[in-house]
Amino acid sequence: MASATDSELGVDATPWTLLRGKASHLREILRPFIRVLRANPLTLIGFILVVIISTTALLVAIVPVISQVVLGHPVLLTPYDPNGISTDYSQAPSLKHLLGTDKLGLDIFSRVLAALPLDLAIGVGIAGFALLLGGGLGLVAGYWDKPRTLGGVISAVILRVTDVFLAFPSLVLALAIAASLGRGTGPSILAVLLTWWPYYVRLTRGEVLAVKHRPYVVAARAAGVSEVRILFRHVLRNLIEPLLVYYTLDIGTVIITFSTISFVGIGVPLDVSEWGTMVEAYEQLLLTHPWTVLAPGAAIFITVLAFSLFGDGLRDILDPRSRRTLVQAVAATTLPGQVAGAAEA
Amino acid sequence: MGRNKSDLIVFVGKRLLQLLPVVLGVIVITFFFTHVAVQNPCAVWAGAHATADQVQACILRFGLNRPLTDQFWRYLTTLLSGDWGANPRGGVPVLLSISSAFPATLELVLASLFIMTVIGIPLGVVAANGAGRWADHLVRVFYLSGWATPTYLGAVVLAIAVGPAIGLPTKGDFTTKPPFYGPTHMSVLDALWALDFPAVGDALLHLVLPASALALLNLGIATRMTRTSMLEVLPLDFVKTARMKGLSDFVVLYKHALRNSLISTVTILGITAGVLLSGTVVIETIFQWPGIGAYAYDAITGYNFPGTIAVVIVFAVAVVISNLLSDVLYGILDPRVEWR
Repeated sequence: MASATDSELGVDATPWTLLRGKASHLREILRPFIRVLRANPLTLIGFILVVIISTTALLVAIVPVISQVVLGHPVLLTPYDPNGISTDYSQAPSLKHLLGTDKLGLDIFSRVLAALPLDLAIGVGIAGFALLLGGGLGLVAGYWDKPRTLGGVISAVILRVTDVFLAFPSLVLALAIAASLGRGTGPSILAVLLTWWPYYVRLTRGEVLAVKHRPYVVAARAAGVSEVRILFRHVLRNLIEPLLVYYTLDIGTVIITFSTISFVGIGVPLDVSEWGTMVEAYEQLLLTHPWTVLAPGAAIFITVLAFSLFGDGLRDILDPRSRRTLVQAVAATTLPGQVAGAAEA
Repeated sequence: MGRNKSDLIVFVGKRLLQLLPVVLGVIVITFFFTHVAVQNPCAVWAGAHATADQVQACILRFGLNRPLTDQFWRYLTTLLSGDWGANPRGGVPVLLSISSAFPATLELVLASLFIMTVIGIPLGVVAANGAGRWADHLVRVFYLSGWATPTYLGAVVLAIAVGPAIGLPTKGDFTTKPPFYGPTHMSVLDALWALDFPAVGDALLHLVLPASALALLNLGIATRMTRTSMLEVLPLDFVKTARMKGLSDFVVLYKHALRNSLISTVTILGITAGVLLSGTVVIETIFQWPGIGAYAYDAITGYNFPGTIAVVIVFAVAVVISNLLSDVLYGILDPRVEWR
């Protein structure tokens, strides 16, 4: 075994060359990533932004808790207490208050930063719950849909219920639920949670139907592989990519929907820092104190944009078809000389 | 199944039949959510200064002391007899409010679809034509920006900053009276009907900002769909042939390629109806547009249960019908589709 490795690597095999061998293997795996990132600088920006935003949110949420345990008092990462009223009323952005203050002297930068963990957790969490619930139901409805069996009946029920929920514009149902439950963070989370899963059922079911009659699935069944194993190893494996791409893009949509409920005044209460609530509270100040509205607005914009770019790029990387389409299109619209160049790149 | 007229009729009929259980489900869900979650709606309905006796009278009048299933059956039977109920606060019939509000919303949605088509499709063509180059990146930034801007933020900026700055109306302050009260309940058509041409101009000006705010979100979807389907068509042989014949870029792109890729764009426009309708709730509230979105907001926040359920029914039917329309349109445009 050792001699075979030696002969493959040559006699002068050192730890260094071994490492280089690993590195080139890694590069092979990362090649599609690198190619897409190179072809599309925006995807790179999206990746970087998502990393920065997630890290910041995690730190803002965790550091006070850890410092409470270690030091005995919480250390806030926001420059000021987001709910701390001060005498710096209605100040324009300055070095002291990076994004200015509102009428009560609350520091806007601190409020925007304090809202980051909440809004991001809501986007990631609600979309994640919808992915698991809707994905699970869609898997069942797509895989066991043979008529006149128990599975067939269950899938029919799932699909009918899903159709009802899909017919609602989800924002309206969420608003109705949130308004009935009364203003609060919990009720508005519940409202979005209850309305968000149906699209995942349709998406997952469609993908399952597309995959489950493919020759390799039929071949696996003919070879005596158990249904559960087929489901997990052959069908589920093919769902991960489209679902992951949709999930990433969906995080931004959830954040927007959630903040819309707050904006219309039936979501998060005014004393909690949340971006939609901030836009609602300050909207009349847009002309006189624009920073109060534009700062939370920009926070939503950048976060959603980052996840959109990230999801878009993820699609280009994971889906070989969209990669090929891009290359073909570039080839079709460039001169022969450029095509050669594009092929090399 | 084929492509005959009778196949189309069967297809449409089947889809409309499927609408019935959907509407019933929508009614059940909304009814139970509103009636279970709100503890004592009479506290709101009877007014803030109502005495305990008045609240009690209200509870008896609306039958809120009865079992929930009883209340549901009573609501359902009156609904089936054609009575949509009335706002418990003030007693305005729901059907009257809805029938005058719906056309106004339709006008707003059609105007925003027009903006989406006129701006979104050419941008998609430009992006696909320059795929992977700066024009493509620029268009991508544009449509992702539209996507990432919450509807309410765009609307607030347009209504409070942009509108006053460029002198466009941002509220329902029409110069002519009465707007939306002609035979069609659509501001532009009503003005045309009255042959009042200054009013037509005024109505059009009032449409610009709310329709743009509504279009902002879906502009990206139209652009993106056009780009994707153009990318599929552009490498095909007939496009190459057209180029080799020496036809101009414009003719190749817009006459040959776009016609083939429009099919999927049209479909997407139909599917976005639900998103547009959701958007009207926010847009109409901000721009004071007397449509069904503003009515939905008032009904939801004012615990107007019959109004809320009616709005949700109308929204659900509108979504299903526009999906159906886009399917039919797709089938008419693409001769390979069979009705089934």
